[in-house]
Amino acid sequence: MSRYNLSNLKALEAESIHIIREVTAEFERPVMLYSIGKDSSVMLRLALKAFHPGPIPFPLLHVDTGMKFQEMYEFRARMAEETGVELVVHRNEDAIARGVNPFDWGTQKCCTLLKTQALLDALQGGQYDAAFGGARRDEEKSRAKERVYSFRDEFGQWDPKNQRPELWRVYNGMHKKGESIRVFPLSNWTELDVWHYIYVEDIPIVPLYFAAPRQVVERDGQLISLDAPLPLKPDEEPRTVMCRFRTLGCYPCTGAVRSEADTVEKIVEEMMTVRSSERSTRVIDHDAEGSMETKKREGYF
Amino acid sequence: MNLKSERITAKELFEENERKDLVRLVTVGSVDDGKSTLIGRLLYDSKTLYEDHLSSLEEDSGRRGSAGDEIDYALLCDGLKAEREQGITIDVAYRYFSTPKRNFIIADCPGHEQYTRNAVTGASNAELAVILIDAAQGVLQQTKRHSFILSLLGINHLVIAVNKMDTVDYRKEVFDSIREDFIDFSERLEIPDIHFLPISALKGDNVVKKSENMPWFDGQPFIEYLETIQVTSDRNLVDLRFPVQYVIRPDADFRGYAGTLASGILRTGAQVMALPSGRRTRVKSILTYDGALEEAFPPMSVTVSLEDELDISRGDMLVHLNNTPHTGRLLEAMVVWMNDRPLREGARYRIKHLTRTITAEVMGIRYKIDVNTLHSEPARELGLNDIGRVVLRLHSPLHYDPYALNRTTGAFIVIDPISNLTMAGGMILDRRPNELTIDPLLQRKRAATDVHPQKSEITREQRAERTQQKAATVWLTGLPKSGKSTIAYRLERQLFDMGYLPHVIDGENLRLNLSNDLGFTANDRSENIRRAAAVAQLCNAAGLISIVALVSPYRSDRASAREMVGAECFIEAHVQAPLEVCEERDTENLYSRARSGELENFSGISAPYEEPEEAEITLTTAEVSPGECVRELVHLLQKRGIIAEI
Repeated sequence: MSRYNLSNLKALEAESIHIIREVTAEFERPVMLYSIGKDSSVMLRLALKAFHPGPIPFPLLHVDTGMKFQEMYEFRARMAEETGVELVVHRNEDAIARGVNPFDWGTQKCCTLLKTQALLDALQGGQYDAAFGGARRDEEKSRAKERVYSFRDEFGQWDPKNQRPELWRVYNGMHKKGESIRVFPLSNWTELDVWHYIYVEDIPIVPLYFAAPRQVVERDGQLISLDAPLPLKPDEEPRTVMCRFRTLGCYPCTGAVRSEADTVEKIVEEMMTVRSSERSTRVIDHDAEGSMETKKREGYF
Repeated sequence: MNLKSERITAKELFEENERKDLVRLVTVGSVDDGKSTLIGRLLYDSKTLYEDHLSSLEEDSGRRGSAGDEIDYALLCDGLKAEREQGITIDVAYRYFSTPKRNFIIADCPGHEQYTRNAVTGASNAELAVILIDAAQGVLQQTKRHSFILSLLGINHLVIAVNKMDTVDYRKEVFDSIREDFIDFSERLEIPDIHFLPISALKGDNVVKKSENMPWFDGQPFIEYLETIQVTSDRNLVDLRFPVQYVIRPDADFRGYAGTLASGILRTGAQVMALPSGRRTRVKSILTYDGALEEAFPPMSVTVSLEDELDISRGDMLVHLNNTPHTGRLLEAMVVWMNDRPLREGARYRIKHLTRTITAEVMGIRYKIDVNTLHSEPARELGLNDIGRVVLRLHSPLHYDPYALNRTTGAFIVIDPISNLTMAGGMILDRRPNELTIDPLLQRKRAATDVHPQKSEITREQRAERTQQKAATVWLTGLPKSGKSTIAYRLERQLFDMGYLPHVIDGENLRLNLSNDLGFTANDRSENIRRAAAVAQLCNAAGLISIVALVSPYRSDRASAREMVGAECFIEAHVQAPLEVCEERDTENLYSRARSGELENFSGISAPYEEPEEAEITLTTAEVSPGECVRELVHLLQKRGIIAEI
C-alpha cells in the first residue's frame, strides 16, 4: 500500500467518525443507543474519537428489559464512570411490573413490549431526533439494504419502500418536527472488523464474550444460561459447560456456545473455524422468514 | 485461495487485515444476467458465507429457487420480503467479502430501467464497477445505459464480465464479438480502464479459479483481477479541500475544526486560507484521539487547530493559498432525478454540498439525455430516472470543483424543501455559466416554453433504410488554413460519387448568412458553433451526412456540439498541421494580419486553439495528402457502420 492509503480498519473508522459528526451537526437532540454489547463498545469508542479532545455531546440510552445478564449491568456502570458520558436508562416499567416475560408471553410479544415499545417511548420521551445504533449490514439479509440514515415516521416505523437514496457521503438529514432517524455508523463493518478493532484498540467488552465454566441448560439446541432464575422444564438438567456468548441480549433468549476461547484472538480463531453466523444464537430471529424485517417495520433496531 | 478454511492464527489474520485496503465496487445488472449468482458465488467461494445462512438458503432454494438442483445463489442477495415475492431486486444491497489481499464492499444494484437511481446511488461511492453481459444475449440496450451512468458518475475502472459462457459452449468467438461490440460503443464514454472477462458464475468458470473450459483465455480469473487492480491513484491528493464539519470547543482555550479531508494533503505548519473569509493562517496541529499527526489525507477524519483565532464555522473550507476552488452563485451540472415529482424550471430546492445546505433555483434545463441512445433532447422538466444538464442559481456563493476533477467537492444532492426527500444527485460541470451568457439562455428558454416540439412520424431507422446510410456528423476542427475546407469538400464529393447523401456546412459560408450577426469573441464563437451544430443536427434528422468545417477552437464548444448532435453519431476529426505550415499556405495573409494586430481574436495567434483530447481521428495534413485523409475518413465511416463496407 502506498503512503497515502488507509488500511481497511482506518478507512472504516474515518467513515464512522464522519457519520457521527455529521449527525451531531445537523440534528438537535441526538442520542446513542447503548446495548452494552461489543458493537456498542466500538461505537462508543468511535464517538469518543469523533469529539476528542472535547466530550461526547450527546447521552447514551440503554433500553433495559430488566432481563440482562448481571455482568452487563456491572459493565454498563463501569463504562459510564470511565468515559463520563451521560447515561439514560429506560424501561417499560408498566410491562415489567405486570411480569411480562418470554416464557408466558412468548418471545415475540415480550420483545415488542420490553424492547420495541420501550425504545419508542424512550425516544419520544427524550424528544430525540436521531438515534445511533450499532447495526451492521453484514449481520442479516434484510439489513443489507439498510441506509446509514434510516428514516422513521412519527411512530418510529420503517418503510422499506420509502427510504432516501444515499449518494456519495452527502447525507440528507433534513427532517420535520416529530420525525426521527436511526443512524448506523457501523453499517460497513463486518464481524471480523469489529473484533479486529476491539483487539488493536484494546476496547473493553463484557466478560460474557469470553469462555468460562457457566451453569446452563440445553433448550431447542441452544445453551441457556442460569445467570438468573429461569423456570426449568421437567427434563432439563443444569450443567456446567465451558461456553461463551457470541451476542448479548436478554438471558432467557440468548444462547451460549460451547467454547474454549477466552481471549479476543481465540475468539477470532474460533470464528474462522466455526463459521456459523452470529445471530443464529438469537432465538428471536428464527420465528418466521423475514422476521427481522417485520420487527424493523414496527420500530425495532 | 480461500481465507476462512486455511488454518492461520488470529495474529496472522490481524496482520493481514492491517495490510489490506478497502475497495468499493458496484455491480449493475438485472437478475437475468446472473449478477446475484456471481455475487453469491463470490461470497460462497471466498467462504465468507456463513453456514447457517447457507442452510436457510438451501431451504429457500427448494421452495422458490430457479436454478434447479443447484444452490440458487441469487436467493442470498434478494433481501427484502417484497422483493423475494416478486422475484426481483429493487434496492441497492451492500455485501462484504474479503480475500487475503483485500476487503471489498459490493454495492449490488438492480438493473431495470426504472431503477437508474439505484445504479447512481451504488456508483457514487464506488471505485470500480462490474457489468455483466449474458453471453447468449450480447451487448444490450441496458448494458449501454449502465455504462453511461457509470461513466457519468466518474468510475475509472470497469470490468465487463461476459457471463453464462457455459450456455454458448465456452466459444471464444462469442466472447470476442461481444468485446468488440462493447469497445465500439465505449469509445464515446469516459472510462479509461475497461477489462473483459469470460465467466460462468453458475459453474464457477474464471470466478475464483481459472476455467479449464476456456483454455483460450489467458487472463486472470475474476477475483484475482479484483485483488490486483490499482485503484488508489484515483484519489485527488493535490488540491487541498478541508470542509469544516463541526467545531469542537471543550473550553475557552481550545477551538478545533473537525472534518473529513475531501482531497489534498493537510500538513502541520502549512499556510492555509479559510473560505469564504479569505483569511490566512497556519495549521497549528492536526489532532486525533490517537495523537497528533504531521499530515492528513483523504478520507481521514481529523480535527485541526489553527495558529490564529479566525471566525470559522461549519460549512467553511480550508484550502491552500495558491490552489482554490471555484466560487460562484451559478452552477452548471448534470443531475439524475430520483423522484416522481419532476424537476421544473424556476423551481427552488435545497442543495447539500459537502457540509453546506443552501437554496438553489433552477434557471434552465439545457437538455436531457436519452440514456438508451445517448442523444440529447430539449426538455422542460426532468422526471424520475431522467438525466439532464441544468443551470442553477444559488442564493449564496458556493466553493466547488468540477466533478471530473474532484468527486467530493464536485458532487451535491438536491432536496425538496417541503417533503425533505432527496430528489437528485448532481455532478458539477467544468463549464461555468456567467451572468452574461445566462440571460440569452433564459430568453431562449422562455421562448422555447411556448413552443411545443413536434415529432416526425418517420424514424431515423426508416430514413436510413431509404438512404442506405446512417445520418452522422463529421466535425472537422483545426487551425485556420490547416486544410479543413479542402478535406470537407473532397469528402463530400467522394461520398456523393459512392451514392451517398453528404452535405458540407462550412464555417466561412455560415458567417455570410446564418451567423452574419456574430463576431469572433469567445461568446460569439460559441454561438456560431451552436448554430452550426444545430444545422448539422437538422441535416442529420433529414437523413444526411453532415460535414462541418469550422475552426471551433474551444474544447467545451466542441463538447457542446457533440452533445447537441448526439454522441453516437458525432465524429470529431482533428485536422492537424503545424502553425508554420498553416502560415505558409495562407494566401490571404490572414496570419500576418493577425500578427500585426489587424485581425483580433485569431485562433492560434491571438486567441487559443485547444487541441482535441478525444478526437475520433487525427488527420496530419502536413504529411498526408488530402486524398489520403479522405480515404481514412471514408474507412472510419465504414467501420462505424455509417456507410456500407465495400
